[in-house]
Amino acid sequence: MRKRYRKVVNLLMLSLSGLLTVYGVFWLFWILGSLFISGIKYFSPELVYLDPTPAGMEGGGLRPAFVGHFILTTLATIIGVPIGLMAGIYFAEYGKDSDFFRVLRHITDIMVSTPSIIMGAVVYAVLVKPIGHFNGLSGAVALALLMVPVVAVTTDEMLKLVPQQMREAAYALGAYKWQMIKSVTLRAAKVGVLTGILLGVARISGETAPLLFTSFNNAFLNFNLMKPMASITVTTFNYVMGPYHYWHQQAWAASLILTLGVLMLSIFARLILHGKITNPFAFMFKRIKKEV
Amino acid sequence: MQIESVVQKRISEVKNSGVLIERLAKVSLGLWALFAGLLFPILIFLILYYESRLAIEKFGVINFLTHTNWDPVTEDFGAATMVVGTIISTLLSILMAAPISVGIAIFITELSPRWFKPIISGAVELLAAIPSIIYGLWGFFVLTPIMAEKVEPWIQNKLGNVPVVGQLFSGATTGVDIFTTSLVLSIMIIPFMSAVVRDSFELVPPIMKESAYGLGATQWEVVRKVIIPYTASGMAGGLVLSTGRALGETMAVTFLAGNNPQIPKSLFDSFTTITVALANQFTEADTDIYLSSLYYVSMFLFVISFVILFLAKFMILRLEKRWKV
Repeated sequence: MRKRYRKVVNLLMLSLSGLLTVYGVFWLFWILGSLFISGIKYFSPELVYLDPTPAGMEGGGLRPAFVGHFILTTLATIIGVPIGLMAGIYFAEYGKDSDFFRVLRHITDIMVSTPSIIMGAVVYAVLVKPIGHFNGLSGAVALALLMVPVVAVTTDEMLKLVPQQMREAAYALGAYKWQMIKSVTLRAAKVGVLTGILLGVARISGETAPLLFTSFNNAFLNFNLMKPMASITVTTFNYVMGPYHYWHQQAWAASLILTLGVLMLSIFARLILHGKITNPFAFMFKRIKKEV
Repeated sequence: MQIESVVQKRISEVKNSGVLIERLAKVSLGLWALFAGLLFPILIFLILYYESRLAIEKFGVINFLTHTNWDPVTEDFGAATMVVGTIISTLLSILMAAPISVGIAIFITELSPRWFKPIISGAVELLAAIPSIIYGLWGFFVLTPIMAEKVEPWIQNKLGNVPVVGQLFSGATTGVDIFTTSLVLSIMIIPFMSAVVRDSFELVPPIMKESAYGLGATQWEVVRKVIIPYTASGMAGGLVLSTGRALGETMAVTFLAGNNPQIPKSLFDSFTTITVALANQFTEADTDIYLSSLYYVSMFLFVISFVILFLAKFMILRLEKRWKV
């Protein structure tokens, strides 16, 4: 009797956990499903290469948003990646044994989750107010600042995965620490570091909040960093809030393209990290285990 | 003799340049590490503080946080509505997401076949990769009408007449309200929460589980009596971590909250949060005190989320330390 009861409870709770998993995955399919259906329905090639028409006139595209988004993300990556990389290398190679830098590393980890809208507010105070108007540069800087902690933390984690023996081997040959980092650890961890960078790019390319009051929006194609610059996310935000039906349709299509880009980046990043062929640590660990 | 001294000189040259580069590398890398871990948060705080000093002088701290009036015309600002809205929507979303995240973690660590694990955890992680504006767009166009026409009237029908609880479900069902917002927020934080819970579940040494199985425990009993007690601090850390995430969420909430500065009385009332106010009003702030008040609330948001994330980090670290022997 007692045994039966325990078995029933077991079955019940385990199926409940299965159901909860289904619930979680259900939202993923619902969101992606409706995004794909509406996005494909409203997509047309004109969306990419035409400029927006004056408000209220149907037709036109979102060329400024696509171009602006590309410029902002690229610039942010160029600014943010080196800073994040350098900080991450220091945390992993020099600051490993110092309590002070260990704390700093945890703070960097906390900064990964800072509300992104705060970054927008901070950059507004530094780069928009003194200049006097919204500009693309400030948007790129806000995104770069968001990216720094992400890249720093993943770089640190990936470098720490490199076996200590490899470092010792380099030292035994008389290498300086910088030579060891440059030609041993960074080289061994390059796939992991690349994953961190890709995840960082994926993170910032979906951001809207920090761009709302830095790069703002622009209905015209703009390559000047000192002028407001459109992005897919901010344009989508404005279009969804706007009154016109064709705006909503264009917002769906633009969101689909954005989501596809972001998802592809993050799936690609995970694939190269977890993929068996490209995992540089798998065989290294095996060899070390054999020796020990 | 001659050759020897040349060689000696060359060696010391190489040595010197190596040492020089070594020092340079250490200093320049260290500077950026200092920037990322120390200067960056301090600078953010100082800039927010500097920009909000006007509002701090005028409204004080307690007064600003308890005052419910937010009126740009008379330049009278109090953040109570936003702070309350942020707290309610965050707590509700945590409540909705917690059981689901734990369920997913149990499924992944204990139930699913090995080949199925990466698929299911990958799918849940994908939820985190979707940009937040997509959640907003989808919630606004797809979920809101369904909530307004089907789900909310149904709930109101069933629970609206129950005393006390009924009050929570009163009012017009517009779909743009706390309930929808928290639901979408809960979907957004499920991946973070379940990842932390799963990681802490996997820290439990297999020998502990095996000894419980050896005593004849069922799978559920192992989860309840071995895994959950031993990972409690990690689970709490995951909970707090996702609180920090939900606090700062902007775009999805902006679409779904209704930007209505009032203290909500029912779950079907529209409301506002700190992030919604920032997103909607920052570019409209035409007076110095208006902008300064917005900086003041964002400083609060930064400090609260930093403290909460710090706590979460601390809890998770404590769990990891316990098992790292």
